[in-house]
Amino acid sequence: MRTADVVVIGGGIHGCSTALHLALRGLKPILVEKDYAGRHASGVNAGGVRQLARDLAEIPLSISSMDLWEKIEDLVGDDCGFTNNGTVLVAENDEELASFRARVDDLRMRGYTHEELIGRDELKRLVPAVSDHCPGGVVSRRDGAADPFRTTQAFRKRAIERGAEVIEGVTVTGLARVGDVWRVETSAGPIEAPKVVNAAGAWADRIAAMLGEPVPLTVVAPMLMVTSRLPAFIDPVVILRGRKLSFKQLDNGTVVIGGGHLAVPYRDRNETVIDWTKLAISARTVWELFPAMRIATIVRAWAGIEAYMPDGIPVVGPSATSEGVYHQFGFSTHGFQLGPGTGAMMAELVATGATNVPIDGLGIERFGTLKPG
Amino acid sequence: MNASYDVIVVGAGPAGLAAASVTARAGLSTLLLDENPGVGGQIYRGITSTPVSNRAILGEDYWVGTALAADAKTSGAEIVNGATVWSLDPERLVGVSIAGQARLIQAKRVIVATGSQERPFPIPGWTLPGVMTGGAAQTALKAYGMVPDGHTVLAGSGPLLWLLAAQLLRARVKLDAILDTTPRLNWVRALVGLPDFLLSPYFGKGLKLLREVRGKVPIFHAAHIEAVGTDRLTEVVFDGRRLPADLLLLHQGVVPNVNLAMAAGVAHEWNERQLCFQPVLDADFGSSVPGIAVAGDGAGIGGATAAAERGRIAGFAAVRALRPEASVPDTQALRQKLQREEMGRAFLDWLYRPAESFRRPTGDTVACRCEEVTAEQVRVTARMGCEGPNQMKAFLRCGMGPCQGRLCGLTVTELIAAEREVSPAEVGYYRLRPPVKPITLGELASLPIAEAERKAVER
Amino acid sequence: MFKRLGEVGAAVAITVDGKPIRARVGDTVAVALLAAGIDHCRTTPVTGAPRAPYCLMGVCFDCLVTVDGVGSRQGCLVPVRDGMKIETQQGKREAGR
Ligand SMILES: Cc1cc2nc3c(=O)[nH]c(=O)nc-3n(C[C@H](O)[C@H](O)[C@H](O)COP(=O)(O)OP(=O)(O)OC[C@H]3O[C@@H](n4cnc5c(N)ncnc54)[C@H](O)[C@@H]3O)c2cc1C
Ligand code: FES
Repeated sequence: MRTADVVVIGGGIHGCSTALHLALRGLKPILVEKDYAGRHASGVNAGGVRQLARDLAEIPLSISSMDLWEKIEDLVGDDCGFTNNGTVLVAENDEELASFRARVDDLRMRGYTHEELIGRDELKRLVPAVSDHCPGGVVSRRDGAADPFRTTQAFRKRAIERGAEVIEGVTVTGLARVGDVWRVETSAGPIEAPKVVNAAGAWADRIAAMLGEPVPLTVVAPMLMVTSRLPAFIDPVVILRGRKLSFKQLDNGTVVIGGGHLAVPYRDRNETVIDWTKLAISARTVWELFPAMRIATIVRAWAGIEAYMPDGIPVVGPSATSEGVYHQFGFSTHGFQLGPGTGAMMAELVATGATNVPIDGLGIERFGTLKPG
Repeated sequence: MNASYDVIVVGAGPAGLAAASVTARAGLSTLLLDENPGVGGQIYRGITSTPVSNRAILGEDYWVGTALAADAKTSGAEIVNGATVWSLDPERLVGVSIAGQARLIQAKRVIVATGSQERPFPIPGWTLPGVMTGGAAQTALKAYGMVPDGHTVLAGSGPLLWLLAAQLLRARVKLDAILDTTPRLNWVRALVGLPDFLLSPYFGKGLKLLREVRGKVPIFHAAHIEAVGTDRLTEVVFDGRRLPADLLLLHQGVVPNVNLAMAAGVAHEWNERQLCFQPVLDADFGSSVPGIAVAGDGAGIGGATAAAERGRIAGFAAVRALRPEASVPDTQALRQKLQREEMGRAFLDWLYRPAESFRRPTGDTVACRCEEVTAEQVRVTARMGCEGPNQMKAFLRCGMGPCQGRLCGLTVTELIAAEREVSPAEVGYYRLRPPVKPITLGELASLPIAEAERKAVER
Repeated sequence: MFKRLGEVGAAVAITVDGKPIRARVGDTVAVALLAAGIDHCRTTPVTGAPRAPYCLMGVCFDCLVTVDGVGSRQGCLVPVRDGMKIETQQGKREAGR
């Protein structure tokens, strides 16, 4: 019988980060991944590393993550392609700008200063290519972007170097309490450990179901498309509020266009089917916002399979039904940035039973009124 | 053009022309799309417009295409050229761009007849201007009446190389040399298939071609070839010899063009004899995705005549599915004909199996032309534990450029297989994503949304 | 590199980087460039190496050129038209020009 201190289910950025931080705390984790690390959301996302426009409940985790992103090379031995040219939320009209002002003021009152309101001139300075009709926006200057697959792989690699075991191509098929440990059934035999972390992404409800814990998770597949290499023309990541758009140019010149339009996911087949009518809407938005992009060529579109919660924020914290089990999923299409910090927090929680980074409002008990099944 | 059709055929080569004729003549609304300016595909390229009037140059096998093209034209199928299909999904929604305007068209059945492409031929210097494929020279001749000028060297192996040489000689082109890269020991493996080959039509034709070329061009055997030059090709170096050259034409066989079918989710498998991935198909060329068939060389390399027969069989299957009441001829005779066509194939496959050194390059030789990734980079990354082409993409960007892996996919798979010491079947291929051909943001933005959304609701 | 077997087909006037070139009806852009003796049609975005059409059948994307202002078109698939303006591409192309 294989044994470990903790079994981490799922080899996305969250599972890999938690495994690394557990190992750094001297525990022995075994990470079990049904495909390979970074195969899903964590390896194929837009790579946005943003604190901007986050739900209040996520801000502490997001800020603690940002601290780790800024020294990511020390943590994982790879710069992960991280650049921090800021994220700009562009207002498309005056009403939008007014609502952004209210949000920024509210954050200030709560002591958060990372979001900063900017007017037309500063917007033009940061994003010269943006269409003239935009009156301003919000910038978060520490934000940036990283290479998602490389990042997830770097966490995986460093976790292994620090003593974690990573088993790929193996699926968790059952969870049962045996005495005071959890017996984790897998397609490659059982593993026993006192603690289990459920970081199974879009499949996390299946793990929770093994515990009889219902989770109102929807499987979604946000789409992205990428252009061929263009001359450098924009540094920060640009996002919109009214319409769905995220837009960034990578160092290699390619531009990644996303923003939350959804493909059709088939999670049992690891497949997604692109919805071109929705990507056409993204294309129009870009057309209007960045006139210079009209003749850029789209070379690839894809989608990643991801879990979405009804309130759009993740489930992070102990299971409400099963002692020793912790949840870390449901990142609702914006969990890449949260990976480093949430892994550190989770390792602390698992190892010590408490955490310094507040995670109030993220617990699974918020869905408590739900009937099982 | 309509918003939906009974049958959409992608590719107007022999398979697509034959398939569209069959379905249209059975009364099914049929749309035949091809990105080239004219019909004919690779083999019958330029068939309705070629400026080459001397029929002997291209040979009788070429002119067979006239009847196929004429048959399709009068069949009632709507034929659209200059139509680039950039997406096909499992629900058979086809994304196509015509003259800068994108649209989505729904089909009840789709026959993918996108044919084959030449196998990547990664040698040192193969990205230099002046190095082209044998197929490129053949296309230049057939469709545009253009022939090589200056010192010209052909290199590679396979029947098409000899056909090209014969055609160029007939057009009075002077060839400086043919570098035959066929590994000498291939004969041993091929012998098993010899009896079938002797009975197949390939035999007579092949002999005739060889006779036509031998004696007119110096032929060398080559185990190593290098294209040399700074900004363009000036010399071809092989096995210690050097030849001045203005044009080097490379060809080592063809492989299925998998991009569209793979992006639609069609299951593929490794063919060890032909050293390529091909779709998994039933007897009617139906794929793993209901309603999508793959016919012609895209279904596995079989040649032009076989491609047309396959197209017909796939066409009849579509008719049976959509018009059960229509009378469809017994395809037994067709299948037998097909079998005869394919009989000699095994011999040719083994005989012309490209040498490992021309499939699995080393050192600074470019593996991915678009992103300029070298063979050594791929090998080193594989040795560091990168197990598959998709991870390789993420590390090196190979396969991420505009050709979308067409000219590096097999090389990268084979290099990883070599480093991991496993079969290419185990390594697998790039996960291909639409658009399978780049489209401009403007084209995409031009998609008529209202119409498309209506269709999305209908399906 | 290439010459025409005979001068069939009516002449079509196009420009390449502003210089007038005579093509033939039925030519594609890539073929017209080859016939005019233009030895490369672009430089790569990665190392700036010169490239010319390689496959002439839509596979390799080495024939990318700017056609009437639209960047990165496959020259071997676009038929020439009278008055067409072709530009060779230097490195990264398309937007922000
Ligand atoms: C297209 C797209 C764009 C995005 N853009 C951004 C962005 O710009 N910025 C940002 O912050 N976030 C972004 N996100 C969100 C972010 O990628 C995710 O929130 C984050 O990666 C979630 O990580 P994860 O580890 O929870 O999930 P995953 O990466 O999906 O990992 C879960 C893993 O668990 C494995 N697994 C499941 N069940 C089992 C089982 N029974 N046994 C073993 N293994 C199992 C799966 O195979 C999978 O590998 C984007 C997401 C997508 C899809
Ligand atoms: S020359 Fe290869 S795609 Fe045009």
